[in-house]
Amino acid sequence: MMYDVIIIGAGPAGISASLYTQRANQKTLILYHETSNLEKAVKIDNYYGFSQGISGEELYDTGIKQAENLGVEVKKEEVIKVGMTENGFQISTTKQDYQSKTVIIALGNKKKQVEIKGIKELEGKGVSYCAICDGFFYRGKKVAVLGNGNYALAETNELLAIADQITILTNGEKAPEFRANNVEINTKPIQEIKGENRVREVRFQDDTSLEMDGIFVAQGVAGGTELAKKLGILTKQNTIVVNEKMETNIPGIYACGDCTGGLLQVCKAVYEGATAGLQAIQYVRSKSKN
Amino acid sequence: MSTVKLTSENFNKEVIQSEVPALVDFYADWCGPCKMMAPIMEEISEALGEKATVGKLNIDQNQDLAMEYGVMSIPTILVFKDGKVVKTFVGVTDKNDILNEF
Repeated sequence: MMYDVIIIGAGPAGISASLYTQRANQKTLILYHETSNLEKAVKIDNYYGFSQGISGEELYDTGIKQAENLGVEVKKEEVIKVGMTENGFQISTTKQDYQSKTVIIALGNKKKQVEIKGIKELEGKGVSYCAICDGFFYRGKKVAVLGNGNYALAETNELLAIADQITILTNGEKAPEFRANNVEINTKPIQEIKGENRVREVRFQDDTSLEMDGIFVAQGVAGGTELAKKLGILTKQNTIVVNEKMETNIPGIYACGDCTGGLLQVCKAVYEGATAGLQAIQYVRSKSKN
Repeated sequence: MSTVKLTSENFNKEVIQSEVPALVDFYADWCGPCKMMAPIMEEISEALGEKATVGKLNIDQNQDLAMEYGVMSIPTILVFKDGKVVKTFVGVTDKNDILNEF
C-alpha cells in the first residue's frame, strides 16, 4: 500500500504535521519508537493555552490520541532504514516495509551517545556512519559495528557479504542476539579508537586491543540525522538542513522539530510540523496532477 | 563550466598540474548520497567558472586514485591547490561551505 505521507516521530512536530495531512485527506502513517524529549518534561508552563501548565507526558500522549481520533494510523515500530524508490520512498522498520510518496522526519534530538576518543578525528578515515555507502571500501577486511540495538544489527547485515570479519562492539552494553559465521560480539568497554591517518585498532579499557580496518557507528536507535545522511540529505552539526518550507535537499522529504536545530521548544516544533505537513500536501497534489 | 570526468589518465593534467585550484568529487553510481551531491557539484562548477576545475571521479573505475588519497567514505570532496590536498569534505556538503574555500 502506498501512503501519501509517512511521518517518523510522534512528538509535537510529527503530530502537528499529521493533523494537516490527514485533514487534507492524505493517507498518513506515523511511525515512532523512542520516547520523546517532551515526555520527560515534568511540567510545561510556557506553551499557549494551559493556565496551570501541563506535564510533558500528558501533552505527548494527548497529541498521539488527537492524531488517532482524526484517523491517522499511528504505529510503534522502530525505523531502521529509509530508501528511495522509483515512485517515492521506502521506510523499513524492524517489522515491515512501507511505501510513501513523501516522508516527514520528526525524530527529535537524539539522546547523546557517550563519545569515544578517536571517533571524531577518524571520520571518513575508517569511521563511517553508513554501511551501504562505505561498505565497498572494506571488501575482505576486518570491520566493527559500534552499537547493540536493531539499528546496529541492520548495519551488520549490510556488511555481511562484504567484510571478511565483523565484530559488533557493544561498548559495555549487553550483547544482542545475533548469529552469523563471520560475526563476533565483543562487550568490553572501549577506551579509544586508534590510528593516525586511518583506523588501526580498538583499544579497550582493560588495555587489550583489536586490530580493525573500519568502524561503523550505529549506537542506539537510528536518529534523524543518521537516516538523513544515508539518503544524502544535507546535515550540519548533527541537525538536518531545511529551508523555510521545511524542505530538505531531497524533493518530497521534509524535516521538522528538534532535529532541525534552533529553538528546542514545543511551539517551534508545532509550527515546523504544520509547515512540513502543508508542504507535503502540496507536493503530493502536484505529483498526482502530472 | 560543467564538471570534468576524471580518470587515472587525465587526473595529473586536470588536477595535479592545474593552474587553478581543483575540486574532486569521489563518487559511485550505486551510492545514494552521491546522487544528491551531483547537482550541488554542478552548481558549484557554475558558480566558480574559470576560477577552479571541478571534477568527478568514479571510484569503481579508479580505485587506485581513491586508495592513493585515502578515500574510505563517499561522497568525499577534496580541494587541491598546487597539486596538494588542502581540504576534505566527507558526506553531502552544503554548496556555500565548499564555495567558502575559494
